[in-house]
Amino acid sequence: MGRPLVTIEDVDMRYGGPEGLLAVEGLTLEVATGEFAAVVGPSGCGKSTLMKLVTGLYIPQKGNVTVADEPVTKPVNIVGMAFQNPTMLPWRTTLDNILLPLEVVDRHRHRLRRNKAEYVEKAEKLLETVGLKGFGQKFPWQLSGGMQQRANLCRALIHEPDLLMLDEPFGALDSFTREELWCVIRDLHAAQGVTIVLVTHDLREAVFLADRIFVMSARPGRIIKNQTVPFARPRDLEILYQSDFNDIVHELRGNIADARKAA
Amino acid sequence: MSTPSKGFDWVKAAPWLYTIGLFVIWELAVRIFGLPQYILPAPSRIAQAIWQYWPAIWKNSLQTLYTTTVGFALAVVGGLALGILVGWSRFIYAGLYPLMVGFNAIPKVAVVPILVIWFGIGTIPAILTAFLIAFFPIVVNVATGLATIEPEMEDVLRALGAKKMDIMLKVGIPRSMPYFFGSLKIAITLAFVGSVIAETVAANSGLGHMMLAAQSQFNVPLVWAGLIMLAVEGIIMYAVMAWVEMRMTGWAHRSQMANA
Repeated sequence: MGRPLVTIEDVDMRYGGPEGLLAVEGLTLEVATGEFAAVVGPSGCGKSTLMKLVTGLYIPQKGNVTVADEPVTKPVNIVGMAFQNPTMLPWRTTLDNILLPLEVVDRHRHRLRRNKAEYVEKAEKLLETVGLKGFGQKFPWQLSGGMQQRANLCRALIHEPDLLMLDEPFGALDSFTREELWCVIRDLHAAQGVTIVLVTHDLREAVFLADRIFVMSARPGRIIKNQTVPFARPRDLEILYQSDFNDIVHELRGNIADARKAA
Repeated sequence: MSTPSKGFDWVKAAPWLYTIGLFVIWELAVRIFGLPQYILPAPSRIAQAIWQYWPAIWKNSLQTLYTTTVGFALAVVGGLALGILVGWSRFIYAGLYPLMVGFNAIPKVAVVPILVIWFGIGTIPAILTAFLIAFFPIVVNVATGLATIEPEMEDVLRALGAKKMDIMLKVGIPRSMPYFFGSLKIAITLAFVGSVIAETVAANSGLGHMMLAAQSQFNVPLVWAGLIMLAVEGIIMYAVMAWVEMRMTGWAHRSQMANA
């Protein structure tokens, strides 16, 4: 395991004042550079809170969050995010949607206009990687849900983040499209060496994609299990039907069922 | 648009057919029931009045159009500015919204006497009344567009270090434009209501004033001629606004069509 990129140490996060809802309590986890981590747990266990803590959108009341050796005290712009809802802007072409983060991130926004061609080329290359070659000039509403989600991934990656945070990005897709996108993510991870944290409800998705799976308890959330996934990379969709794959899924399912009961 | 059919496009012709139909039924009803013209003049009689009084009608129509469009333009500028302000900050929203609702609930005809005290009888109270009445729907719509930015979108941008200003310029304001242009159609018709109210209460010209004068002389066909002119001006301005909306925010309509 390499140098840690994300470290969360004994973090408490409470919403709405001292008597408010305690979302996570004593949360501790570590994600190594280049690792693919997945976070699973019963619904309402604070998975989205975890996302916001790591990206610096929330600052915890107690404990430390460190990303790339820096304590997180403000939004972390070496992070790309993608959600279940692709939130493409309908008045921009797909290409311009993908370029949007560059208009915001400090180190790019000032050189965007003069180096437009270079950035457009980079976006086109990303589009090709996710199987959307030639769709850059289409508007998002001309794309299917799966295609919008692919474009969403491109937008999350365009500023070359060190860390990609995915919050149930495939939740709204049909199962065939979902499997296709699993492979897209798998290949992006292999090709770009980016660290990925995937928050998901889908245990098979977590086991197929991740090197390490964190199981969270019911609210207030903390890590109750840290499961390494032993399968060699590159993984083929065929492993979904192997018995040792299913054993891991089954065990995780048991862990989450217990966590729900404990709540 | 409809069927790729041979022959006549009934849907496209429908607005004309219905309008003509209305006037035909009106004309027939007046003739069959022998209604006196001081109750309801026939369309033919109204047309005759329009012809007869055309110089006065034309002059007063232009006056009404002028006060309406100036008041409307002020409402667009003011409404857009205040809408962005209200949509920008929850503090301003919470503070101003009840005030605006209360203000909007006041019948504007009750405000005209105050305007007359301040500005005298004439063009300015009409412009201001049009402004006051047209302003509210624009504010509400722009603020709604800004307030309904998807939280995920905001998170994505904020995590990248975006300031409130970036989010407003890149997402909020473009996003509220369909709401804004949609509200213009409502605002322009309300602006007509406002200017005519003021002209009726306190003015020396304009269609409202003309109709009031005609009524006091019992010239009922001329009153109706004024109404018809108002309707015509209203339809034309509405059509202009609908066209502007289509031109400026076609993406919003196209995306709805794509989802359908």
